[in-house]
Amino acid sequence: MPALEPDPAPAAAPPPVPAVSLRGVAKSFGAVRALRGADLDLYPGEAHALVGENGAGKSTLIKILAGLYRPDAGAVELDGEPVAFADTAAAMDAGIAVIYQEPALFGDLSVAENLFIGRQPKGRFGLIDRAAMNRDAAALFARLGVPMDPDRPAKGLSIADQQLVEIAKAISRSARVMVMDEPTAALSGVEVERLFGVVRALREDGAAVLFISHRFDEVEALCQRVTVMRDGAHVSTDLLADVAVEELVRRMVGRDLGAMFPKQDVAAGEVVLEVEGLTREGLCRDVSFTVRAGEIVALAGLVGAGRSEVVQAVFGIGPRDAGRVKVDGRELPAGSPRAAMRAGVALVPEDRRQQGLLLDLSIMRNATITRRHRLSRFGFLIGGAERRAAADWSARLNVKFGDLADAAGTLSGGNQQKVVLAKWLATGPKVLIVDEPTRGIDVGTKAEVHRLLSSLAADGVAVLMVSSELLEVLGMADRVLVMREGRIAGELGRDEATEESVMVLATGAA
Amino acid sequence: MTALAKARTGSAGLDLVLRFRALGLVVALAVLVGVTTALNPRFLSAQSVRDLLFAAAVTLLLACGMTVVVLTRGIDLSVGSVLGLSAYVTGSALSATGMGTALALGLGLAVGAACGALNGVIVYFGRVPPLVATLGTLYVLRGVVYFIAGGTRINASDLPRGFLDFGSGHVLGVPYLFAVSVLVLAAVGVFLGRYRAGRDLYALGSNPEAARLAGVPAGRRLMTAYVLSGALAGLGGVLYAARFGTVDASAGYGMELDVVAAVVVGGVAIFGGAGTALGAGLGALLLTVIDNALPVLRIDQFWQQAIVGALILAAIALDRLVSVRAARALRTKGSHVR
Repeated sequence: MPALEPDPAPAAAPPPVPAVSLRGVAKSFGAVRALRGADLDLYPGEAHALVGENGAGKSTLIKILAGLYRPDAGAVELDGEPVAFADTAAAMDAGIAVIYQEPALFGDLSVAENLFIGRQPKGRFGLIDRAAMNRDAAALFARLGVPMDPDRPAKGLSIADQQLVEIAKAISRSARVMVMDEPTAALSGVEVERLFGVVRALREDGAAVLFISHRFDEVEALCQRVTVMRDGAHVSTDLLADVAVEELVRRMVGRDLGAMFPKQDVAAGEVVLEVEGLTREGLCRDVSFTVRAGEIVALAGLVGAGRSEVVQAVFGIGPRDAGRVKVDGRELPAGSPRAAMRAGVALVPEDRRQQGLLLDLSIMRNATITRRHRLSRFGFLIGGAERRAAADWSARLNVKFGDLADAAGTLSGGNQQKVVLAKWLATGPKVLIVDEPTRGIDVGTKAEVHRLLSSLAADGVAVLMVSSELLEVLGMADRVLVMREGRIAGELGRDEATEESVMVLATGAA
Repeated sequence: MTALAKARTGSAGLDLVLRFRALGLVVALAVLVGVTTALNPRFLSAQSVRDLLFAAAVTLLLACGMTVVVLTRGIDLSVGSVLGLSAYVTGSALSATGMGTALALGLGLAVGAACGALNGVIVYFGRVPPLVATLGTLYVLRGVVYFIAGGTRINASDLPRGFLDFGSGHVLGVPYLFAVSVLVLAAVGVFLGRYRAGRDLYALGSNPEAARLAGVPAGRRLMTAYVLSGALAGLGGVLYAARFGTVDASAGYGMELDVVAAVVVGGVAIFGGAGTALGAGLGALLLTVIDNALPVLRIDQFWQQAIVGALILAAIALDRLVSVRAARALRTKGSHVR
């Protein structure tokens, strides 16, 4: 990712009346108090960062602003006037737009219809004037400075483009308050830059932007002020220039955090995983590398460079067109995750909601599903054994949950990730492949995951990690393999790997 | 990005098939009619065409209503029973009062709309999956017809002359009944394509969660869809009575499956969000032509069912293929940094 420059805009004295302000807002779900006194002032023309661990109440706060939830107590004020949104439509009419991490578009409808659904321009007899609609849409995209065909279906747009559609929608509704919930989690560096350009322009036009992110480099590049939340309550609000990142992290977790990257030095052992000339047409080409016992090897590169495709092919997901994968010197057949698992390979996938978890099943089932054969007697799953195994692993990974029988979908992102890890660690893998192990999880859990990976390596597990977070790559890896356009562009040892050296290889910049 | 923007599937051929799905149905129809006529020239005689249009009218009408419901990720299995109820109720009213045809059409619409409203309430307010809800009303409403009708039936001699004339009459070789269905098809087509409420139905079927966030009034729209489907089934009941003259408690029995088949063959996505009334209408027409052509071609009745089944599977396979190709095109496109 290109180094993000701090926003040069001066933090002007805020005008007296905030566009939106929350005062002592509380919200409970059953016995869980998601918000207990959240305060926030959002002024026109500012980009305001909201940071906090998962479970700090950020999502609940956003949903109150979006009109999805109604607060149990406290006040929401718009331009100084108290408001209560009956539904999402009311919040939108009031000028509040929320851009979610994964935009929700209508895949079957055209981009223009997605922008104007429910308020398409009408011509004669109340018929929708498609020409006018497409014209308006094109004008909006021109204003954002991004080319997009308004007539194409939304199906097949990249996440970055989908977000731009959402932003265009917000502008067309003349939104004055824009809430962005981790918009950059799935974007590449170039796409982040484009998004930030658009957001800066909106801010200069007087919009108030609330920016939620786990990435402090982005927060510093975009925002003027920052609010920290913890356990559903407001902790602090400062000018970003006045407060150091370490201080923010300390406030978020409420305790001094040890090193984020507790990498232990381990003497590498025998080669466990050996990949030779792996090729999948259009996805990756002639990829070769090895991972030794006790080593953490990171696959770095831009989104779309083919990193996930490589690890999936190693695990036997999908066909391979050429190449060999060996574990302990024994070759794995292509296209058989079962064989890979038997050989001691575990893959913690990138998208835990889609690929990692059965969201409707209980935490217990999810944690033990990889071992259901070993936990069964005469083909029957004995409830006690399953429960004991699940409870054991949940405790070891410090998973926070109400009941083992709850659906996995009810857990927070960080805890879901721990359940996925538990599921695979329970198989006692020799090779652990983790794809974006800390995406979208909070700082505290992140450090726990890092500590776990480090101790696994110390126990002699060969760890292969895909990560888009450069700091994570630099902090955790013994060796860094940088991919570009489906090939390995270069390999860097722990001493050679810096932000610059990795980015140079990833982008091909000389 | 813009260069790739138009290509949905990464295959020009598939794009073409997709864009001209309706055209594909027209070609299939033309080929079938052409072959059959070549083997038996009387297939295209005025009388035979008229019979065909008579036979297609009711299915086509119901397919329009079904399309509206299927677009929202729903299904309305009760249409056969609604048709039966409406046919018997309007038939009885006609024989008892000798009311005018227009009034009878209105009565049928009202009976159907009431049944549709019942479906809508169960689906939206009861949060019952549409398949189960309308399967329930399928049986309940059929039971109501049997209860009202008992063992009796309405005969052509009981019905007013004018009504029977409406049922058998035609203008320029086109039966009135078929003309009514085509007018409804056109109206539903314009509603779905060019009105905000119609586009909301696509939005609901395409992504219900996004529809909620975008403030689409889901309750009102779903009610509209089920009431419309019910009302058209009710109208279909009146047409049924007018065409056959005799109505008993089994009128429209099993018809829902023909209608669903027509809609699916016509390219309406069974998981909602995509498809047109025109496509569904062409699907209905195609199935009716197959129905009528096979005896002419001296093909066993068994094959007719098998062919319809194969068409349904082919239609669904095409949709699958297209979406798989679209996903793959996106993957290769995304695999290299722009």
